[in-house]
Amino acid sequence: MARAPHMIAPPDQAPLLASASPQKVATRNAYGEALLELGQSHPDVVVLDADLSGSTKTKAFGKAHPDRFFNIGVAEANMIGIAAGLASQGKVAFASSFAMFATGKAFEQIRQSVCVPDLNVKICATHAGLTVGEDGKSHQMLEDVSIMRVLPNMKVIVPADAVEARKAVLAAADIPGPVYVRLSRAATPVVFADEYEFRFGKASLLRDGRDLAIIATGVTVAAALGAAEALESEGIHARVLNMSTIDPLDAGAVEAAARECGAILTAEEHQENGGLGDAVAQAVVRSFPVPMEMCGMHGAFGQSGKGDELLAHYGLDAAGIAATARTLMQRKGA
Amino acid sequence: MALNDQQRDRIRAAARQTRIDAIRMTNAANSGHPGGPLGMADFMATLFLEHLNLTPENRKAPDRDRFVLGNGHTCAGYYSLLAQKGLVDEDELLRFRKLGSPLQGHPHRNHDIGIDFSTGSLGNSLSVALGMAIAARMNGWPARVYSASSDGESQEGQIWEAATAAAHYGAANLTVLVDFNNIQIDGHMRDVMDVRDLRVKYEAFGWHAVDVDGHDIDAIDAALVAAREETERPSALICHTVLGKGVSFMEDQPGWHGVAPNDDQAREALTELGVEGGELEAMLA
Repeated sequence: MARAPHMIAPPDQAPLLASASPQKVATRNAYGEALLELGQSHPDVVVLDADLSGSTKTKAFGKAHPDRFFNIGVAEANMIGIAAGLASQGKVAFASSFAMFATGKAFEQIRQSVCVPDLNVKICATHAGLTVGEDGKSHQMLEDVSIMRVLPNMKVIVPADAVEARKAVLAAADIPGPVYVRLSRAATPVVFADEYEFRFGKASLLRDGRDLAIIATGVTVAAALGAAEALESEGIHARVLNMSTIDPLDAGAVEAAARECGAILTAEEHQENGGLGDAVAQAVVRSFPVPMEMCGMHGAFGQSGKGDELLAHYGLDAAGIAATARTLMQRKGA
Repeated sequence: MALNDQQRDRIRAAARQTRIDAIRMTNAANSGHPGGPLGMADFMATLFLEHLNLTPENRKAPDRDRFVLGNGHTCAGYYSLLAQKGLVDEDELLRFRKLGSPLQGHPHRNHDIGIDFSTGSLGNSLSVALGMAIAARMNGWPARVYSASSDGESQEGQIWEAATAAAHYGAANLTVLVDFNNIQIDGHMRDVMDVRDLRVKYEAFGWHAVDVDGHDIDAIDAALVAAREETERPSALICHTVLGKGVSFMEDQPGWHGVAPNDDQAREALTELGVEGGELEAMLA
């Protein structure tokens, strides 16, 4: 997916964006590729799955390294426990299922057996959020960021696209302790050029502006850039930050956004309760309170439909984010 | 090879000390679970003295044996045995459950004192022990992984997920010792939710499983020897025990699952365990 990158942000901020009409790649595919790389570079990496290895893309690792791959069957709690046992003996255990089951069914095991002893278990969960699409609310996990970021020792990463997903997964192998990586089923726009460098715990500035800051994560990052484009034509200059690490949050970038822009809008394919919006709000009230709005799920479950349709229906596409941004600008009194 | 008289004496002494410590520790903490440790003392002492390769010298060695206390609430007995093996300072035992002590109310992983994993939530630990066993095999370590469990814990579904997987992976280096005392918090297990014949269940799941009198140290030792000789299947010892064994007023009483003895009860219990005279008064001081 190499293409000529062009610089949008000032050089010292240096995120490299993909070309204007990007291809679409699912972050789960990037996960599968990253695992293959880790299989070569990290002999202690083992991979576990719960009968979804074709969908989570762990299968290729299993074929390449059958002695380091464990398909535990439809038993997510057991998978997390075995991963913890392996990690306690020095392995770096990647455990995968759909986000609903990996975090929902196995929450207690993640807390007790992974986070309490602070072990090297990397939960890379696919099929998160609305973009699961047609499978509907039983499979559209919209609470996972919340229940993972509340856990002591757990780090939470939501890559914006396939380029960042690959680099975040590679980084996760070397981040000590538990890591949660949230991945998508659907092919989504590639935001970054291949040269983009993922920096754990750091927001990346994708577009600068001083009227408001849109802080987005996951699939809404591309939509936030689209929203900023639309707002620009109306004379509203939006800063766009990609907050791919939700825990630990880059509180410095949030404070700078609050001070320099005076209004903050968050966007995420997740419940507003407990997600990025909550995390950013905490950082804002602790540093420099400014008006905030949140684009997310307002305490509702999803429904069947196409992923793009669902994002638009719940106001999480570029048009929806731009509309909420206008409301926020009114509150700001601009 | 059967136990000789000297080994038998050592195990019996260790089991008695475990019971004494469990009474003293829960009394001093004014909380905790005395009944389980008393019931498990004989098979735990046999395991820790004759089978589990864990010493102060090798405690940080990656290839030593591992132990995971699935029924983590019974940790007073576990901590006593760690102290008897020289891994925990004896003075620390009476700081059990107190602020700042490594002897937490339920075990917390701590390589300095030989605690291999954090437990306390029933059902989780057999999966963890299996992960340890798989890792040992992958690394070519001779380590065996032992886990304690219980009849009450066998009501948790994850136990049977782990049992399925352990047989699937042929984890012959994994042994679980199930404390089958027919007691859980809310009453006798058979009245609350009868798990029935666990030997038959483990066998059906593909394990080498045996019923053992959990107070017969020769039978326990023989079963642990047989488990070590298994080359293809994980092993389950269904250890039939009496909760509160050795203290008549605690035996088979569900109320003693999770209630600490007061000073008078501790005196009576320690007396029944053969502590007397100045030693008794010193313990109760």
